[in-house]
Amino acid sequence: MTDLIKLTAAELAEKVQKREVSAVEVAQAHLDRIAKIDEHVHAFLHVDAEGALAAARAVDEAETPASPLAGVPLALKDVLTTTDMPTTAGSRTLEGWVPPYDATVTRKLREAGVVILGKTNMDEFAMGSSTENSAYGPTHNPWDHSRIPGGSGGGSSASLAAFEAPLAIGTDTGGSIRQPGAVTGTVGVKPTYGGVSRYGLIAFSSSLDQAGPCARTVLDAALLHEVIGGYDPMDSTSINAPVPPVVAAAREGMKGDLKGVRVGVVKEFAGDGYQAGVTRSFEAAVEQLRALGAEVVEVSCPAFTLALPAYYLIAPSECSSNLARFDAMRYGLRVSDDGTHSAEEVMSLTREKGFGPEVKRRIMLGTYALSSGYYDAYYGSAQKVRTLISRDFDAAFEKVDVLVSPTTPTTAFKIGERVDDPMAMYLADLCTIPSNLSGNAAMSVPSGLSDEDGLPVGLQIMAPSLADDRLYRVGAAYEVARNDAAGGALIHQVPELGGKA
Amino acid sequence: MTAVAELMDYAEVVERFDPVLGLEVHVELSTNTKMFCGCENVFGGEPNTHTCPTCLGLPGSLPVVNGKAVESAIRIGLALNCEIAEWCRFARKNYFYPDMPKNFQTSQYDEPIAFNGYLDVTLDDGEIVRVEIERAHMEEDTGKSLHVGGATGRIHGAEHSLLDYNRAGVPLIEIVTKTIEGTGERAPEVARAYVSALRDLLKALDVSDVRMDQGSLRCDANVSLMAKGATEFGTRTETKNVNSLRSVERAVRYEMTRQAAILAGGGSIKQETRHFQEADGSTASGRTKETAEDYRYFPEPDLVPIAPSREWVEELRGTLPEMPAVRRKRIQQEWQLSDAELRDLLNLGAVDLIAATVDAGATPAEARAWWVATLAQEANTREVELDALPITPAQVAEIIALVNSGELTNKLAKQVATGVLDGEGSPREVVEKRGFKVVNDDSALLAAIDEALAAQPDIAGKIRDGKVAAAGAIVGSVMKATKGQADAKRVRELIIERVGS
Amino acid sequence: MPTISRDEVAHLAKLARLAVTDEELDVFAGQLDQILDAVAQVGQVADQDIPPTSHAVPLTNVFREDVVKPSLSQQQALSGAPAEEEGRFRVPRILGEEQ
Ligand SMILES: [Mg+2]
Ligand SMILES: [Zn+2]
Repeated sequence: MTDLIKLTAAELAEKVQKREVSAVEVAQAHLDRIAKIDEHVHAFLHVDAEGALAAARAVDEAETPASPLAGVPLALKDVLTTTDMPTTAGSRTLEGWVPPYDATVTRKLREAGVVILGKTNMDEFAMGSSTENSAYGPTHNPWDHSRIPGGSGGGSSASLAAFEAPLAIGTDTGGSIRQPGAVTGTVGVKPTYGGVSRYGLIAFSSSLDQAGPCARTVLDAALLHEVIGGYDPMDSTSINAPVPPVVAAAREGMKGDLKGVRVGVVKEFAGDGYQAGVTRSFEAAVEQLRALGAEVVEVSCPAFTLALPAYYLIAPSECSSNLARFDAMRYGLRVSDDGTHSAEEVMSLTREKGFGPEVKRRIMLGTYALSSGYYDAYYGSAQKVRTLISRDFDAAFEKVDVLVSPTTPTTAFKIGERVDDPMAMYLADLCTIPSNLSGNAAMSVPSGLSDEDGLPVGLQIMAPSLADDRLYRVGAAYEVARNDAAGGALIHQVPELGGKA
Repeated sequence: MTAVAELMDYAEVVERFDPVLGLEVHVELSTNTKMFCGCENVFGGEPNTHTCPTCLGLPGSLPVVNGKAVESAIRIGLALNCEIAEWCRFARKNYFYPDMPKNFQTSQYDEPIAFNGYLDVTLDDGEIVRVEIERAHMEEDTGKSLHVGGATGRIHGAEHSLLDYNRAGVPLIEIVTKTIEGTGERAPEVARAYVSALRDLLKALDVSDVRMDQGSLRCDANVSLMAKGATEFGTRTETKNVNSLRSVERAVRYEMTRQAAILAGGGSIKQETRHFQEADGSTASGRTKETAEDYRYFPEPDLVPIAPSREWVEELRGTLPEMPAVRRKRIQQEWQLSDAELRDLLNLGAVDLIAATVDAGATPAEARAWWVATLAQEANTREVELDALPITPAQVAEIIALVNSGELTNKLAKQVATGVLDGEGSPREVVEKRGFKVVNDDSALLAAIDEALAAQPDIAGKIRDGKVAAAGAIVGSVMKATKGQADAKRVRELIIERVGS
Repeated sequence: MPTISRDEVAHLAKLARLAVTDEELDVFAGQLDQILDAVAQVGQVADQDIPPTSHAVPLTNVFREDVVKPSLSQQQALSGAPAEEEGRFRVPRILGEEQ
């Protein structure tokens, strides 16, 4: 039965559907795994064994499967609301808060018979690239416990790499699905902005946030993408169009033929600051794509060099406003309400206590960037840069079908290494940010291990808005080819956990 | 609490200064649902029973624009002769206040949906003043706070406050005038007439309850003074809480006399918010605005832009009712009223009621007589506005018809009206319940007449001598004998017949 | 680009309702300065005639029908409240005035 945790979501779903194994057994195997090893990984903030087993039982009792993923367990990032579990967004200020409503993603998962195991750890309010900003302590990378699992969705990526769950949900504002995917050797997809409902996703930066699938294979990610994607009238920025045929595209890609596909290598994402092993892994991946029949060209996107600065103005600005609601009046933490303090003082004291340093830093930065005297120089300019980045993407996609780059410039760094240096931390999102700013779809798929440190590296694939299926075709083709060449899936090289602290 | 302000005699104020006004009116729309969520838009209700994640500002919630509110905004804009934006956005106005769930108000900033209009306002003497409209924009209302522990339930001295968010998110249209100059001594009257005209307009559009007493129409008055001959505006104050038409006039007048006294004494006006005190018609100092508020406006990322097509705008223009001013002109002609008569009807708030009564079958003269005399008196004794009387124009028309058909005498008709007002039912029901029935049986009347003539033998002689007026005494006796249920006209005819025969 | 002073940080903290400590003021002043320095290069487009992008997806006119949907119950609405009284959220005394 321990084998169950090593199976892909597609395999598990098939076994459950054929009644070779019950959904309850599958859920239990993963709950056992979590009980055994999560103290070392700390991927979860909350595990709902009872709820998971009840959901699994419902799948077993159903006459027909609710979806192709019915009975498959999943780890949900703690930034999506759930009525049966606390939702903290990794913040002290929301400790113990049980929302009175489900996020649309949560609802769709439940309706699909996906078994939600629990809520995963994350950087507070999704602000970070290492999960060290969680108020509840860091998550450890299953490849090396002294290293970060990426962020902000480090709990989700670690739960996959530690075989605690075959599927997870992440949210990606500047790379928080893809970068954790890259550093844990897993697959992460940021769908086209508007492709997955944000209703019930605790906002960090509304114009950038996008929930998406995390998995150990491209096909699994596609299956999950189809469950959570689609139009939602509760989200005004939701696109009223069918979900791109991502599962079909993944299956097509798995046939191993990329003839006629034009791949652009982003010239700007190379050179200084890129770890040599990452660069070599990326170059090998590009060779692999060529070998699959793809036509590879170099593409220049000059405005991408301004993406990071623009992002660090837009995201903090929006967050300074989005996080204003955490004011101790209606929900969440309240301190110093002893009759001597006014509402305003209680607000300030609670926010001071309830937010961690990174959150405060970004609120201050955003407050500054939106201030009347600075708006044009900072927020206004950042929005112009956003236009330039979209134009670069548009021009590039005239010439190529997808763009590729390393997902992140380095492999997983050590826990604690960058906490006191915000700018160094921010560099982790260098390559992922342009797609958030322009809203197009992007994926990270494992490209092997960096030869100098033996840690996972991710290949980023970017596609135009609403062409998410291209990611899956190219990603699946590459994944199969790489696995074949390497003699198996990368994820099975994760060191055995349990004894090791 | 506050020291009594020194005031300048009004005649002197207008001799030495020119007042400059700016009026901001907030109108709550009477849509079925709130601005950004499906909660019911109703006044009052058990606290916090018309709330949802969105209007409570719960983490993860998102707004979706009420299309009907946009439609109302455009119709208001058109009725105010505004241009309608081809493209506009919502913006976030960031400031912390416990009655505002998100700590930002979703409003419009530099891109209002309607702008550059005017409203022609008729003063008491028939003079027409054109008030220029700067903009009309959409936003949302706040919740309501209840202050506990203070002496008067007021905010000052309160120990704590209680919040009800039923009103939070109710659609508001904010209508802002350009500066109104050159009105001289008539400034207070212009302010009042403007709000009154706006109220009539909004009522005709059927977009709001426009109940100033319930806060569905609220006015803030900006007032400043310029010394005669000066070229620059003076410092202005903004008076809030002006909750009736009369108060608008009083508030402006008070501010003029207060500011003039300060300026004449060599002082300067503080730019501040002031509160109107209903009790004595004064204004009291509120918060001083040392520095301009920094609301850090930015485009609302959770809502997409609004681009009303010209076809839609024209379609909505087609739905505009006859404008109140035009209608008044027409009514004046049709009812053959002098200016003074029309003004009296307007002051009484009787025009719409009379028109509706006419629509229900009465003649203008009959309808006017009822509303201006009988019912206006009733409203006076009951201390309510005329339109708040619990009788409908259709019911008034019904009573008039009963009189015309001879089923009721005028005297009985008044009693029927009282019965309706007292909640005894429809006019017919009151007639039946009270057993009102005009005595139409001539033989019964003749018996009473004979009895009365026998009691006053000299009267018959007088009548025979041509002094017909003497019959009045006999009519009176007969009416008394029949308890008023006789048709006085018929009684008079019968008396003359009887005496003459 | 202007460097950000300690006083300015204190003003921002007040606007943002953060009761920051003196120590934090210094840390933030330094870090914000560093970050602003790094992001200042976006200013190079400030005077260029480029339309700003506020929304990644070019949608317009997304409206909801004016149809009532069920609200939360009072109990659900108050479920997360730090304090409640008479069906309302109880909050510390509010200084200032009603808006
Ligand atoms: Mg306003
Ligand atoms: Zn609501």
